[in-house]
Amino acid sequence: MTSVTDRQKLQYIAAQAADARVNVELETEGMTLNLGPQHPATHGTLRIIAQLDGEQVVHAEPVAGYMHRGYEKLTEVRTYPQITTLVNRIDWLGSFANEVPFILAAEQLMEVEAPERAMWIRTILFELSRISNLILFLGDMGVQLGAVTPVFFAFRDREFVLDQIEAATGGRFHPNFDRIGGLKDDLPKGWLESTKGSMDKVREFCDQIEDLLLGSEIFQARTRGIGIVPADVAMQYGLSGANARASGIDWDIRRDNCIGLAYPELDWKVWKHTDGDSFARFWVRIQEVREAAKMVDQLCDGLPAGPVMAKVPRIIKVPAGEAYVATENPLGEMGYYIVSEGELTPFRVKIRSASFSNMSITPWLLRGVYVPDIITILGSLYFILGDIDR
Amino acid sequence: MTTVLAADWAYWQETLVKVGLGLVAVLLLTGAVVYMYLFKFVSFMQSRLGPMEAGPYGSMQLLAEVGKWLQKEDIFTENSDRIVFGLAPAIVMSSTFLMFVVIPAGPNAVISDLGTGIYYVLAMSSIATIGILSAGWASANKYSLMGGLRAAGQLIAYELPLVLAVVGVVIQVGSLNLQDIVHAQSDGAIFGWSGIGNPFILTQFVGFLIFLIAVQAELTQSPFDMPIAESELVGGYQVEYTGIRFLVFFIAEFATAVGFAAVASTLFLGGWALPADWASASTMHWLGPIVISAKAVLLVGVVFWVRFSLPRFREDQLQQLAWKFLIPVALLNIVVTGILKVAF
Repeated sequence: MTSVTDRQKLQYIAAQAADARVNVELETEGMTLNLGPQHPATHGTLRIIAQLDGEQVVHAEPVAGYMHRGYEKLTEVRTYPQITTLVNRIDWLGSFANEVPFILAAEQLMEVEAPERAMWIRTILFELSRISNLILFLGDMGVQLGAVTPVFFAFRDREFVLDQIEAATGGRFHPNFDRIGGLKDDLPKGWLESTKGSMDKVREFCDQIEDLLLGSEIFQARTRGIGIVPADVAMQYGLSGANARASGIDWDIRRDNCIGLAYPELDWKVWKHTDGDSFARFWVRIQEVREAAKMVDQLCDGLPAGPVMAKVPRIIKVPAGEAYVATENPLGEMGYYIVSEGELTPFRVKIRSASFSNMSITPWLLRGVYVPDIITILGSLYFILGDIDR
Repeated sequence: MTTVLAADWAYWQETLVKVGLGLVAVLLLTGAVVYMYLFKFVSFMQSRLGPMEAGPYGSMQLLAEVGKWLQKEDIFTENSDRIVFGLAPAIVMSSTFLMFVVIPAGPNAVISDLGTGIYYVLAMSSIATIGILSAGWASANKYSLMGGLRAAGQLIAYELPLVLAVVGVVIQVGSLNLQDIVHAQSDGAIFGWSGIGNPFILTQFVGFLIFLIAVQAELTQSPFDMPIAESELVGGYQVEYTGIRFLVFFIAEFATAVGFAAVASTLFLGGWALPADWASASTMHWLGPIVISAKAVLLVGVVFWVRFSLPRFREDQLQQLAWKFLIPVALLNIVVTGILKVAF
């Protein structure tokens, strides 16, 4: 089944031995603690049933499904252009990024190619949603650890990015801007300059977070060596995105399997960390925000001219066939497997969302940790509940 | 017979006035601290405005909050131990107010000038542990229980550095009485120069830092707020408390902050007194309370500054800090102070 590291094996044996000893001497009894569904650390309604021995976790089990909205089924009764409105709400902090893989998969089936300018603008908006998503993670990690101030900075500085998304698409949170064959509109005048200005704010925010959290001794004491995920275990549980890169897996869909988007033409770097602990996950994400800001700058400078919409029929019927396209979303690999029978609506859509796979590691990871570490580990794995319960 | 009764009457009058004034002073200071730091200072740190609607610049916000809490339903959970549950806030609150009994605010402005002053203060402050532990136990809630147990472990662990940090001052003065400690600082001299007296923050700087760290932990403020830990224990021992009982906990928390700050300023910053040549003794009767309030409010500011800047330790890291670092350093501080006291 799963490979267990020596550390975990020893920890488990020691815990069992201690249990047996204590039970003989004192007859203690474990306690079952329900974290959630209503709990400030669960970003929504995730429930974690933790069996505790004192403050130590013996067994933890995540229970998802409290916010299931049935998107996969709903897509079967929506036309293709309507579906983007739905999938917007999967990872609600980086909404635009949810639309892109679906549209790319549909374009693949229809054998339509969006104009180059549309692809570049898609990439800009994709990276902007990554930034707006991860900024909130960076601030929120402080709240998980008891430092309330950084999250206010996060909300303040995220606004600069959301303003840009709103100026381009008309929606702060749910743009619904991507169309099969291109984009709804071109960018407004002066948008590129103001976006580059907001990227400076993002970089400033990263520096601030580095001062407030990353460099803090208490932060390091709470996150270093906590929740270590070795690379092989990360592979087995299907971790993706920053969680996998923090375990030393050198895999980024933007670089290694880029479909359509403008990443190959940019000069950027995939950051990874070899520690695999909570600190590494935080560190990788802060570097990713910086890298995304750099990419947006390059994209704004090199944006090609031209139309933003290819020729597509007015009524979109996708020819029969199957396609799977995944992109590197803020939370990790997100993909749509579309099966079409040539109708107005897809026959079946399977959504592969990153958080669902990332959360599957929690029973393995939470065994033997203390209650406060549950929160830091969950925080650093970074899930969004909409991404778990679609 | 009549004289005894008269004396008795005068005694009761005096005590009533003192207690009344003390209560008003403590509550006013607490309110000021809550408004200044919890509402405004923190808001500015977090780039927001804080309350702005109730009164000018939101200054009446606290009254509005108190009114809200008083109106709330008084909930007992079904499985709670009703007597203990109801009593716990009262224990915490009384521990807080008993602390103020011996803290002097002027040459005569002290409710009871006990010879064992500082010892009494620290003893009274630790009664709060019982209240918090019983609150956690009586709530019949797992989060509360964990919060209460964490609080008990933490408060007991940090009593020790708190007491040990004070010992240095006591050695220097040779008295436990807080008035004596104040006078020793205002009348003291630094190598013969008496310009600013001799505030013990200069000679006992290590003790001062340890005292502040231990106070931070005693007040269960971040980075030592595991008993509350709103992101993991959702409020710890306070989870099940609503309305007036929560208000009592709230007042006790901030009044204790004021109390410890007043103690710290008495021990290390010269208390109510100004250096001997700055003001005449008669001026200090009305200036003293202002001086000590200013010092205390300043120190509470430090507590809140730290609280809203730092993340939280884990329970075992907190214990390590207390037992492996603070206590040895405090002991070393006592030894050095003792040697220097004998040498000079």
